[in-house]
Amino acid sequence: MTVKQKTLKKGGKLGEVLRSREISLLLVMVLLCVVIQWRSGGTFFTPGVITQLAQNYAYTAVLTFGMLLVLLIGGIDISIASTLAFSGMASSMLMQHGFLTNPFMVFLVSTLIGLGCGLIIGLVIAKGKVLPIIATLGFQYIVRGLTYVISDSKWVSSDEMLPAFTQFSLDSFLGIPYLAWIFLVLFVIVLLVLKWTEFGRQIYAVGSNAEAAKISGINIDRIKILVYSINGAIAGLAGAMFTSKYASAQSNMATGAEMDVIAACVIGGVSLNGGQGNAVGALLGVITIAIISKSLSLVGIDAFWQQALKGVIILLAVAVNVLVQRNNDREVLKGREI
Amino acid sequence: MAETILELHGITKIFPGVRALDQVQFDLRAGEIHALMGENGAGKSTFIKVIMGVHQAEEGQMLLYGQPVHFKSTRDAQKAGIAAIYQHVTAYPHLTVAENIFTGHLKKRFGIVQWKQMYEEADSLLKELNADFDSRALMGSLSVAQQQMVEIAKALSVHARIIIMDEPTAALTKRESEELYRITRKLRDEGVSIIFISHRFEDMYALASRVTVFRDSRYIGTYDVNGITNADLIKAMVGREINELFPKPKVELGEEVLRVEGLSRTGYFKDVSFHVRKGEILGLTGLVGARRTEVVQTIFGAEKLTAGKIFLEGQPVKIRRPAEAMKLGIGLLPENRQIEGLILDWGIGRNITLTELKSFVQGIFLNEKKENLVSKQLAEQVDTKAVTVFDKASSLSGGNQQKVVVAKALGSDFKVLILDEPTKGVDVGAKAAIYEIMGELAQAGYAIVMISSEMPEILGMCDRIVVMCEGRVSGELSREEATQEKILELAMLKQTATEGSV
Repeated sequence: MTVKQKTLKKGGKLGEVLRSREISLLLVMVLLCVVIQWRSGGTFFTPGVITQLAQNYAYTAVLTFGMLLVLLIGGIDISIASTLAFSGMASSMLMQHGFLTNPFMVFLVSTLIGLGCGLIIGLVIAKGKVLPIIATLGFQYIVRGLTYVISDSKWVSSDEMLPAFTQFSLDSFLGIPYLAWIFLVLFVIVLLVLKWTEFGRQIYAVGSNAEAAKISGINIDRIKILVYSINGAIAGLAGAMFTSKYASAQSNMATGAEMDVIAACVIGGVSLNGGQGNAVGALLGVITIAIISKSLSLVGIDAFWQQALKGVIILLAVAVNVLVQRNNDREVLKGREI
Repeated sequence: MAETILELHGITKIFPGVRALDQVQFDLRAGEIHALMGENGAGKSTFIKVIMGVHQAEEGQMLLYGQPVHFKSTRDAQKAGIAAIYQHVTAYPHLTVAENIFTGHLKKRFGIVQWKQMYEEADSLLKELNADFDSRALMGSLSVAQQQMVEIAKALSVHARIIIMDEPTAALTKRESEELYRITRKLRDEGVSIIFISHRFEDMYALASRVTVFRDSRYIGTYDVNGITNADLIKAMVGREINELFPKPKVELGEEVLRVEGLSRTGYFKDVSFHVRKGEILGLTGLVGARRTEVVQTIFGAEKLTAGKIFLEGQPVKIRRPAEAMKLGIGLLPENRQIEGLILDWGIGRNITLTELKSFVQGIFLNEKKENLVSKQLAEQVDTKAVTVFDKASSLSGGNQQKVVVAKALGSDFKVLILDEPTKGVDVGAKAAIYEIMGELAQAGYAIVMISSEMPEILGMCDRIVVMCEGRVSGELSREEATQEKILELAMLKQTATEGSV
């Protein structure tokens, strides 16, 4: 390879670090935290609040990693909240009727039910060639509707659940809640899979350029089906986390959660066009969403204004991210200078 | 002799790095059908775009009715009474025929569209053309021939006096072509002048009184159709000197590796058979619309075939998707490397290893050290000009991108390499490098199928040449017997047996 003498990177190590999208997002987050801590008179970042935050948003974080995979292959899934509700409800009802007697089994069964939902969605999208947004729009209603059907619109309340199951979401290990452990472990798995496995590389290939991936011998349909199945399984897992946390299963639970999840991905620098984004970004994105959602009331923002402000902050975070990305792209093009 | 209404002199059009037109001239008489012929890339389409104001020529002048004109956009050309009908119809499929005809000049009164008047006028235009459909039909529901009729009606609706048709018969059946001839003659008899671009001799004989030939961006000559023979015309189209040197090594040909028999895909190609041996470079050539790319994409499993057999080393094989073709040892370097060949956002190294990721898996993880090492070796093997293997593919020049695509194929254990237009859009230096690599690959025992529209490289690099015409193999030539004239004759050969669709 002919080596050109001209070096492209300017500003050395520090410049390189500042150009990273994750770092820019981290800076936004820190800024946000400082403002919140100041406005709330130092009451926000206490161990108690952070633990609570981790427990409340663990299921959102888990969903975010599933959505990350789906967005990376250039798809989208807006049916995850329905899948969450259906698997959570179905597994809770099995527990209610005494078929499941072990909390671990509840989690497993809920995950498997979600996997089944995801598999069907994946087949419809990959083999039926239906646009992901349309297919999952349909399944959003179908699966939510089925949740009402199987439960007859009734709740499964905490006294009908295994005590060990509801206790699970309150317990912690090494000072970290179990629910937080779940998303931390999932984070590490997704991080490793995306960065260092063949499957991860294939996910990026399909999302970056499906035509080229196909010609390179990647079975695109298989990757799509796998990714939607995994996403479904994750939604199922989130279903069990949700019912454990709130100690009840309701047909309308987590309605609209997909929007927070997509917002978290977008804040984290995941491209809706596919092929761009990573687990670290998604993690930072969901933490940002959690902080925004939780803090606005604490710092004394009027309840009516909270939604609007959340939207503004999301757009600002994305804007910073986009600006950093554009700068990066310009740097790449400089290499083409003649 | 009728008066000359359109004249172009010394037209030169330069695109970055290429002279697309070089001192070209042309003249068109009133009420004349003038054929414009030449090989792929001779400059015909660019020339049309200069007339239409899509491109502005760097040099030369254009006279319309003796007056110099400068068209800055197609709108100017249309206002001056010139309309073009392109090979690929540029219509709005979801709008009605009438809306398509009047696009850009809707019939309006006080800003309100006069639908009734528009439909009536559209219908009367269609009636003039003997069309068998209504102006309220949706454009998308019409056949290609019918859509072309709409385009002609559109030209008439703006009272065009000069109509340019760019390969209008390429997608038509025999009967549809004849219908088009009839309309074209009718227009001529009404005093419209027509420039008719086509690859087909029969189009020219059926319609034109004069023919102008372009070759390699230059004007070669204008001839009376009655006064020139096929052989002379072919000579005019290909009569270039080949003085490039091709590094084609002498390779002892081995066993037959790939054989296809009677491959067909309805609507695309029919009864295509050829074979290629170890160490052999087989050329697959033809004019635009010969369906060469479709044939190899089908062999590679990217498209489904409707009939035919594929044999690999004598054994019949079934290939349903690219992954299977690759497992069997068939590699394809696609024509459109930016879309199908590379992931532009990725580094060079990752692009190279994408086809063979499996070989870097250790346990469950990829061994990136090994991956980077191998990709670096492969990139060096084809002499890619880049700083590191981490450079993004999008930062490379066309020639270097093509080298990366080649390197990608080298990483796998292929027996057959199919190269689809490997030197398209590549500069001269990189071209020579790619030829050299091809020679080395043949020596290394690969069986190579090269699709190319460039006569010199087909003649210079191939052991054997299969010529296709409109979805069929029209002939096969050995390296010794092949000449530019023979190839072009086969490429333009429209056998009576190929009448109708494939």
